[in-house]
Amino acid sequence: MEVDFNMVQRTKQFFEEIGDLSHFAARFFKQAVNSPFEFKELLRQCYQVGNRSLLLVVTTGFIIGLVLTLQTRPTLIEFGAVSWMPNMVGISIVREVGPVITALICSGKIASGFGAELGSMKVTEQIDAMEVSGTNPFKYLVVTRILAATLMLPLLVIFGDLIALYGSSLVEFFKGNVSFRLYFNKVFEALSFGDLIPATIKSFFFGFVIGLTGCYKGYKTGRGTAGVGIAANTAVVMASLLLFVVDFIAVFVSDIFYEL
Amino acid sequence: MKIEDKTVPIREAPTSEEIVIKIKDLRKCFGDNEVLKGFNMVLRKGENLVVMGKSGSGKSVMIKCLVGLMAPDSGIIEVLGKNIDQLDQMELDELRSDIGFLFQGSALYDSMTVRENLEFPMRRHRKKFEGITDTLPLVKEALENVGLAHTMDLMPSELSGGMKRRVALARAIILKPKLILYDEPTSGLDPITSKEIIELMRNIQHKYGTSALIITHDVDCARVISERMILLVDGINYAEGTFTELIGSQDPKVNAFFKK
Ligand SMILES: Nc1ncnc2c1ncn2[C@@H]1O[C@H](COP(=O)(O)OP(=O)(O)OP(=O)(O)O)[C@@H](O)[C@H]1O
Ligand SMILES: [Mg+2]
Repeated sequence: MEVDFNMVQRTKQFFEEIGDLSHFAARFFKQAVNSPFEFKELLRQCYQVGNRSLLLVVTTGFIIGLVLTLQTRPTLIEFGAVSWMPNMVGISIVREVGPVITALICSGKIASGFGAELGSMKVTEQIDAMEVSGTNPFKYLVVTRILAATLMLPLLVIFGDLIALYGSSLVEFFKGNVSFRLYFNKVFEALSFGDLIPATIKSFFFGFVIGLTGCYKGYKTGRGTAGVGIAANTAVVMASLLLFVVDFIAVFVSDIFYEL
Repeated sequence: MKIEDKTVPIREAPTSEEIVIKIKDLRKCFGDNEVLKGFNMVLRKGENLVVMGKSGSGKSVMIKCLVGLMAPDSGIIEVLGKNIDQLDQMELDELRSDIGFLFQGSALYDSMTVRENLEFPMRRHRKKFEGITDTLPLVKEALENVGLAHTMDLMPSELSGGMKRRVALARAIILKPKLILYDEPTSGLDPITSKEIIELMRNIQHKYGTSALIITHDVDCARVISERMILLVDGINYAEGTFTELIGSQDPKVNAFFKK
């Protein structure tokens, strides 16, 4: 019986959390369109987001490109279709693997960073101090961070895609004697706007989800320093989970468009 | 001295004297935790009023209600002649530019240098600085007041606790407020540093003629700085008087504060 009770409690908590998060998102949209705009802080946050995650995105992208190509090669050879490698790898990276891997890496880095930053500002009363200084802390801290994540994620995804393709082309160069030029020609031949546009739109949403959950968890941190760790940790968990939900919806929607 | 009980209205100020803060029947609870149960207080112009209370008695809650950081459940709060409850955001911000707030834990922005910390309140309260484009002299003046002009380009993490408190004090006075609220200005500091901070508070008071509300549980601090004291016990203004009046009291609850 106790277990049952727990489940009910947890489900209730889960939906309450979703409600809170939606409320937080609504507040973001309301404040994002009202002046004054914190442009300087937005730029600083964009730089921070990019700077923090670039190296990670590059490393994972490169490895994913290598691994994907190495593992697919034997199968394609078996079917005598190894010349299709650039098409296959290109499409899977641009449409799915690139955005999802980049977003996951960034949720580990950015969402937890936002959660910890805002959380520690909250418990040390820095957010209160901002408020009494006449600066709207939600606007200054939250709106800029969510916007920065939303704007920067697509750029990071494109960057990650290119690096992954480069990794893949290296394998083809050394193992299949395919020149870089030929490889990339084939990739770009295979890709259409129908691949690029949904992937880019999806990336914006990924960025938004990462920024939103990170800030939400940080801004709601309870009293005491223990709250900061919890905020950072739950931010990553929640962001990663929501990323997959968004991904599912995105794939579902773009599939409908594809059929039309 | 005389012990106020709930039914006796607190000593009204003579009509000729200007009242800076007036709190009437302030109540605030968090869930089942009734923190303030009808707190009354008056602060007159140029006065140093100390509010003493045990840890967790709701001193910080009271002072946060004063500047609109927390909304009370009920009660009337008037600061500098304005009813906090009836102000819109703009008016509230304008009122806040006349109030300096020293937070319990200093609350310096840890991603900014000392100079940026001091400049932050000037971002929005520009009206007060009509025509001033160079903020450096103001920052310098505020830092010189607390004897830390050389720390201008340091980060808060490079400062000791006592230095942080002094920088926070400089930040609180940079807008030349009419009223300063100190939330435990000496907590967590050694006796010598505490003395220095108290000395600084007195200098500032002398130099700028501000009124001050000082929250503390440090008896030495109260002795030196208070002109009048209020004891916050069980959520109400339990007793009121000068330091000497209160220390001679026979009431056990009052006595408990002064026992070594
Ligand atoms: N945001 C909040 N949410 C829930 N409870 C709170 C909140 N802020 C304060 N409290 C509760 O209100 C009570 C008073 O807290 P407050 O911080 O005002 O104490 P204090 O008198 O300032 O004590 P200290 O001297 O330790 O600073 C405590 O029991 C605290 O748990
Ligand atoms: Mg306190």
